[in-house]
Amino acid sequence: MDSYTKKIRELASNLLKDNKVDMVIGFNQGTIPMATSPQVARTPEQALEFVWNSNCSINLANYLSNQKGKIGIVAKGCDSRNIVTHIIENKISREQLHIIGVPCTGMLDKVKISSSIDGEILSYSEEGDTITLKTKSSEQNIVKNDFLASNCETCTHRNPVIYDDLVADLVTEQKIDDPFKDVRKIEEMDSDAKWNHFENLLENCIRCYACRNACPLCYCPTCFVDESDPQWVGKGQNNIDVRTFHFLRAYHCAGRCTDCGACEQACPMDIKVRDFTRKLNKDALEIYGWEAGLTLEQRPPLDTFNPEDPDEFIK
Amino acid sequence: MKVIKIDKNSWTKGIDKSREAYKLFGPVKDKTIVIFKELEQGMFPEMEYTDSVLSAKSVIFPQTEKILGGSLDESIEDHHILKRPDTNYSPRAVLGIRPYDAKAIQLVKLNFDTEDYRDPYWCDAYEATTFIGLAINEPSAFDFSTLTDTGPFGEEGLDILLVDCKEEYLAKVLTDKGETFLKASGFEESANTKPSLKTIKALQSKAEKAITSKIDSSKIKDKTILELYEAPFWDDLAFSCINCGTCTYVCPTCWCFDIQDETRGKTCSRFRNWDTCMDPLFTMHGSGHNPRGEKTQRVRQRFMHKLKYFLDKYDKGIMCVGCGRCVKHCPVNIDIREVCNTMNSYEKQE
Repeated sequence: MDSYTKKIRELASNLLKDNKVDMVIGFNQGTIPMATSPQVARTPEQALEFVWNSNCSINLANYLSNQKGKIGIVAKGCDSRNIVTHIIENKISREQLHIIGVPCTGMLDKVKISSSIDGEILSYSEEGDTITLKTKSSEQNIVKNDFLASNCETCTHRNPVIYDDLVADLVTEQKIDDPFKDVRKIEEMDSDAKWNHFENLLENCIRCYACRNACPLCYCPTCFVDESDPQWVGKGQNNIDVRTFHFLRAYHCAGRCTDCGACEQACPMDIKVRDFTRKLNKDALEIYGWEAGLTLEQRPPLDTFNPEDPDEFIK
Repeated sequence: MKVIKIDKNSWTKGIDKSREAYKLFGPVKDKTIVIFKELEQGMFPEMEYTDSVLSAKSVIFPQTEKILGGSLDESIEDHHILKRPDTNYSPRAVLGIRPYDAKAIQLVKLNFDTEDYRDPYWCDAYEATTFIGLAINEPSAFDFSTLTDTGPFGEEGLDILLVDCKEEYLAKVLTDKGETFLKASGFEESANTKPSLKTIKALQSKAEKAITSKIDSSKIKDKTILELYEAPFWDDLAFSCINCGTCTYVCPTCWCFDIQDETRGKTCSRFRNWDTCMDPLFTMHGSGHNPRGEKTQRVRQRFMHKLKYFLDKYDKGIMCVGCGRCVKHCPVNIDIREVCNTMNSYEKQE
């Protein structure tokens, strides 16, 4: 990963030095083990602070909404798909962007790691596929692929779909036989079991909206849960209101979600909110043959209309 | 100072006995996280946890609390009159609260229980509650409580401090409330005070030494509000913030709330819910004007409140107890320790 970091710094600082961009958005090293922090560099010197490792799971496309000027942005596969979505949805123009593409080998699931390690993780380093974690009493090596975030396990678009530069050669995409095994499991439940599954899933939600705010798709000037006239949804911990928020948030992402996993990574309560969006991704694929953010040439299935549509109901 | 010895083998029996007189709350492992919950029959506090995602503030200050209720049915005599609900304020006890969280409740108290105003909901719940602390023998890397006037063995706000001594807990009895709880639980075996306090002291100094974070807020009080408010670092500091409410909801000292009225059929209720200054709606005026409409303004507000306004207003230190929850759970790693140090070392360039 050091070579990625080096290349990102070099490309980003040159872009700033040559005045090709006004800013570059990337990741800085965090202040705690296994953390990075999205950051903006406006000078070549600041760009030398950028890093890349397997903890860069926040989706940087989230920082593009309504930005002015020419922007450099570091983008792994899913970030680039959300950039495509942003361009299609007129949140930013392609000409405004200089995309530093990062062929990704997956991000880590912090909770999975910390619950399998005895003791608190005090330091983190990675070298190829080996992650070295130090606790107070031991040093342990783990294999990166055993601890990937679950969206990265089933990811088939690790390479950026659009880019202006690449920090390394493209990586081989994963072949996944049944990428929606988890969704199928829920689909197969009877209604009571399904209901219980989702009730249990949302039980600890504190409505901090980290899932929504980490999501590049959630850029509405006023989210429906924040509307006060009319007020669509109660603001307390009543489970009907909690459910309403999650159901509607998921539906707003239908046909747009790239399964980047930022929502789950951001959730302080470790709620698997992707259980909602993944079902809709599966539907988008099965009904429309659509995966979000792969092309600038086509509009997402739910914001397009075609008089030649073969389905009767729409005519 | 009285010290009671509690054999761990008799712990659950004593807890069960205390249920006859107290409603219990404590840390509970729920799926992958630890949170504070009411301990129903058969549930016991998780006493081996390092840190809980949420603090115990919800025991006194629930995330959603009904504060008034009434009827819209005009055939009823007192329809449309809102009255305080019949909340149960029988004795409650919080088991295993960490010292920094107990101290946080004391800071929150400065706001809810003042000479001019007494928040009846918060104060009634507070008075009903006995706080049974659990000292932190091995502070996590996020813990910086020694730098915020509390520490892993801090006693402020506690009625009892339990210290885990392997086979047994040593319980420092700090108040009459604490003594009453121990009696109700049948924990009455006195420990030999002098050697017990020595054991506790040794564990305390070991724990305090294990905290290595560096935060310094000593120079903040000498700076003017405007000097810090107008400092140039806020934009960069706020860049990564996604404006979720995580930091404020996991914070044991954040006390802001929002009032909401709801109706269902012919009943109406007034609730108060935790609110967060990270949300633009927090300051949205009825006119549509928002004095803190920009992200940077909101991030600045959070840190200025905790590290400057509070300090100036109450002269009781900063509004942070060093639990480290916001550092650990912030999705984008905004670190209050760094912000505090940045504010502390900032010198205005003339």
